[in-house]
Amino acid sequence: MTMNRRQFLRGAAASAVAAVAAPAAEAAAFGPREPKPLPPKAVGMLYDSTLCIGCKACVSACKQANGMPAEQPEQLAAWNEETWDAAEDISGKTLNVIRVYQNGTMEQKDREKDGYAFVKRHCLHCVDPSCISVCPVSAMQKNPETGIVTHNPDACIGCRYCVYGCPFNVPQYQFDETFGQIAKCQFCNHLQKQGKLPACCDVCPTGASLFGLVADLQVEAQRRLALKPGETTQFPRGKLGGDRSSHEAPVGHYQPHVYGETESGGTQVRYLSGVPHEKLGLPELPGHSYAAVSEGMQHTLYKGMIAPLALLGGLVVLARRGVKQNEDEPDHDEDQQP
Amino acid sequence: MTAIVHQPLGGKVFTKPFLILGLLALIGAYFILRRFLFGLGDVSHMSNGYPLGVWVAVDVVIGTAFGCGGYAMALLVYIFNRNTYHPLMRPALLSGVFGYTLAGLAVMIDLGRYWNAFNLLLPWYAQLNSVIFEVALCVMAYTTVLWIEFWPAFLERMPPAFKQRFKLDRLQVFLKRYLYLFIGLGVLLPTMHQSSLGSVLLIMGSKLSPLWYTTWLPLLFLVSALAMGYAVVLLEATLTSRGFRLPEESALLTPLSKVAAGVLALFLIVRFGALLAGGHLGLAFAGDVRGNLFLIETALFLAPIIILASPARRSSQRLRFLAAVSLLAGGSLYRINAYLMAVDPGNGWTYFPSAPELMITVGVVCLEIMLYLLFIKTLPVLPGVHKT
Repeated sequence: MTMNRRQFLRGAAASAVAAVAAPAAEAAAFGPREPKPLPPKAVGMLYDSTLCIGCKACVSACKQANGMPAEQPEQLAAWNEETWDAAEDISGKTLNVIRVYQNGTMEQKDREKDGYAFVKRHCLHCVDPSCISVCPVSAMQKNPETGIVTHNPDACIGCRYCVYGCPFNVPQYQFDETFGQIAKCQFCNHLQKQGKLPACCDVCPTGASLFGLVADLQVEAQRRLALKPGETTQFPRGKLGGDRSSHEAPVGHYQPHVYGETESGGTQVRYLSGVPHEKLGLPELPGHSYAAVSEGMQHTLYKGMIAPLALLGGLVVLARRGVKQNEDEPDHDEDQQP
Repeated sequence: MTAIVHQPLGGKVFTKPFLILGLLALIGAYFILRRFLFGLGDVSHMSNGYPLGVWVAVDVVIGTAFGCGGYAMALLVYIFNRNTYHPLMRPALLSGVFGYTLAGLAVMIDLGRYWNAFNLLLPWYAQLNSVIFEVALCVMAYTTVLWIEFWPAFLERMPPAFKQRFKLDRLQVFLKRYLYLFIGLGVLLPTMHQSSLGSVLLIMGSKLSPLWYTTWLPLLFLVSALAMGYAVVLLEATLTSRGFRLPEESALLTPLSKVAAGVLALFLIVRFGALLAGGHLGLAFAGDVRGNLFLIETALFLAPIIILASPARRSSQRLRFLAAVSLLAGGSLYRINAYLMAVDPGNGWTYFPSAPELMITVGVVCLEIMLYLLFIKTLPVLPGVHKT
């Protein structure tokens, strides 16, 4: 059988067009899915970098509360093994860490130029988490009431797409272990169930890590932003609205933004800082979660599986015709004969 | 009119190249063993900044695109009814069988908690919003479909008495009768998961350079996978004809190369259309690593279109081969860039694969080629004998 040029062109064009027409038509109508709302009893943390003194009591308490091992640089690990900890960043062994921003002479705390500032790194418990959206086996879960994002290692297959997709690089796979798992801050969910505070907020001496309801913490953050830098005010410790004594300290020179209010569709851990947030490793992010983009696409293409099933129906009809004609023609393959 | 019969190529299986490939596969196997004994960190340079490495980007994302020959040809032969291309169908299918099966093997090496992999199939763990969930199920299903589509090659090879004894002749009749169902699935499933391999990256947002990040990623991955599928058929036809001194089906490959160029042109139109619409094209000339990678990629994509634009060049085996190689290199670079090199997780993270990590990838590819050689020599795959 020969085909003339025109027939061929038509076939080639049709094949290209048809292969892409269905997804293209869908993608044209594509929009991100609706943003997720803050859960009704969302708990969270306000981390105020200007209050943090870098004592790392929170890092130590976190290790104890979650049974995580000490982390030591390899070349120093032989020295007084396991009695000290110097994690540089969160890792498979460290769920929470204090990092320091340094610039120039580091003369003054919370100043961008010739200054330094502390930042606490751990899960931000997103309102619309990417890790939950990408996880194929529901190993990441968000509590519908409190909004805490937890991880279930028994479900996890270790594909590490949560690590890949998290805008804050929070979930950490234990690459050094034979049977590694994903490590991430679960906001001391086990302690909260006993009515206790997350370990880091519990031990923080200055209230730099403050536990509370997200709505209340946002009000508290805005209160601090409204105050005049340098004047003194009361800073609560432990839990916002709790019975611990507050302490008096001068108001910091804040950046006029509560980080986490809008970033990535909102986070339940929010940050106040004296230096620009991106200097502390908190990336600039849009007001929606990329999970909403990704799921918007999936929901458009696979809504009720209608498009794939319709496509399958069409393909089967065409394939049946194709196979039949192939058999009827004299140049068919012998493999088609029994 | 030419009647074409699929025939085993015959000849020695354990040739020198086969043994060299085997040696490389064994080295890969050694490191795979180490991975399972001592963990991912023992053999790979993956980190929590770059938690996916070459095993995913090369073995899975590129490997399955190379395995799209069967998909691309089924679309042409059965859906668009271009029966003339039928002789190219079975070898294309075979490269798909191994491309996908060994991508599955690579996934099992890569999974950090492989002993839980079965959870993917347990409905109470299913997470329907997850793109990876869709990819995983779809790839598993398609790998099964590929083996079923290829099954007639095994059946033809079996002695009739053996087939009768185990009622396999009935299976053959059944397969023949319902082949169209599997063909339909065999076109639908790659359409779904090859586009989803692009959707996977939608979650990356600002971690991925805007030269690659666009909501058109699913379409771009799908169209480039199709183009690569046609290119693989061209490449493989040329290699087998040269390698085994068989006459080349140039009457088929010349027009097929035009299809490949057409699909590739469509890819570039969407790619540049999205970049222009997003206003990010300027980044290509920023002179940084990512801009330059984009330019190399684009050159590799444009070369085959320029080569294949003229009928004279299309009918040259050498130029067709070059065009196919360039297209496959461009498609592979596009995938590596989108998954790894154009990704910036911040925080100073960098990634370059370790030697053992690369040896596992090399080993898997070598195993793929070995199995392909074994199958074409012992099973009726290639259109070997020409009767007039």
